[in-house]
Amino acid sequence: MNHKILAAVEASSLKSEVPSFQIGDTVDVHTRILEGEKERVQIFNGVVIAKSGTGSREMFTVRRIVAGEGVERKFPIHSPKVAKVDVKRSGISRRAKLYYLRDRAGKSTRLREKRDETTGGAAKPVGKTKKAAATT
Amino acid sequence: MASADMARVATAIIMAALTKTPEKKGRKGLLGRKVGMTQIFDANGTVVPVTVIEAGPCPVMTVRSSDRDGYAAVQIGFLDKPRRLASKSIRGQVAKLDSRRAKRRAEGGVPVVPKADCEPQRFVRELRGTYEGAEVGQVLTVDLFEGVEFVDVTGTTKGRGTAGVMKRHGFKGQRASHGVKKVHRHQGGTGMNTSPGRVFKGKRMAGRYGNERSTMRNVKLVRIDKEQNLLLVRGAVPGPNGSYVTVMQTNKIRRVGTPAATAGKKKAGGK
Repeated sequence: MNHKILAAVEASSLKSEVPSFQIGDTVDVHTRILEGEKERVQIFNGVVIAKSGTGSREMFTVRRIVAGEGVERKFPIHSPKVAKVDVKRSGISRRAKLYYLRDRAGKSTRLREKRDETTGGAAKPVGKTKKAAATT
Repeated sequence: MASADMARVATAIIMAALTKTPEKKGRKGLLGRKVGMTQIFDANGTVVPVTVIEAGPCPVMTVRSSDRDGYAAVQIGFLDKPRRLASKSIRGQVAKLDSRRAKRRAEGGVPVVPKADCEPQRFVRELRGTYEGAEVGQVLTVDLFEGVEFVDVTGTTKGRGTAGVMKRHGFKGQRASHGVKKVHRHQGGTGMNTSPGRVFKGKRMAGRYGNERSTMRNVKLVRIDKEQNLLLVRGAVPGPNGSYVTVMQTNKIRRVGTPAATAGKKKAGGK
């Protein structure tokens, strides 16, 4: 009873199209930020290391290394400020929380890439990443 | 009957004389049930923590007036309960006017009292003050709160049973080491020496905590859902989920200007 009512309340805050990605994916998170009057989109790139919560409270954590220092940002999946989540690489992970990445540095933080037979391997997303890197 | 009426009028006159201040105008109020907490996004995309309250429909069961009862109030109910669980007097209070008994009484010349004509209610409260246009049998819904920005929410806090001084009164307890033995969560001393030789009354100690009436004042009303009879208020509300609460339009006077304006003032003062 209570759950149904709460779910109905949360429904108004949910996105109709939920960005799809998985733990271990390397993603670009497009966030809308206000700079004075102007709104612009900022991109945060990193590895999804955790998802938590349900309904309108669902969050995901993205980790990246900035200037040798680990940085993690937690985003609400359904926030209107999270405009888009682009999957750049899909990594293989055998657990739901990749907190062990925090204890690692350099090459050991890499995840094995998912090779999907149906889409003809993961060559495509890799190419995209390179392009993105070239443009930025 | 006549003498009873006389007595009633007399008491009303005495009461009116005693209470010089006129009855205050009643605040808008509804009874409801705390559903639980969640969060929603506002227009700016900011997360707003909200408590969902299922409020109303509340039938008006009795209207009290200073002339008749010595004080003005309106009695409203929430949630039907089976007739078998209600006492006879309650069943009579809400009874249908076209019942056999009512007809018989009318034939006998007993004046017909207005009835709410609803099922007995689980949660009944009186809201003090005068309510113009309030009628017995009227049903109040969340529409009442249209245009209301801030409310007070009254409920019963979670019962915590026998609790120590740290939880109950926020005492600091004692040190983890340096000679403290098995009294880490105790209070310190409770008083002085031979004089006065006793512990003062009102000394805060361990004991029953929670399960008491509590009001959250000036809570922002974030959203009204008319279809489902829901009120969404910002932040927490006393009591466990499923507990009954009273939601009233707040009478706490807000400082001039919105919170944003006062924040701006502070900044200006700082400069």
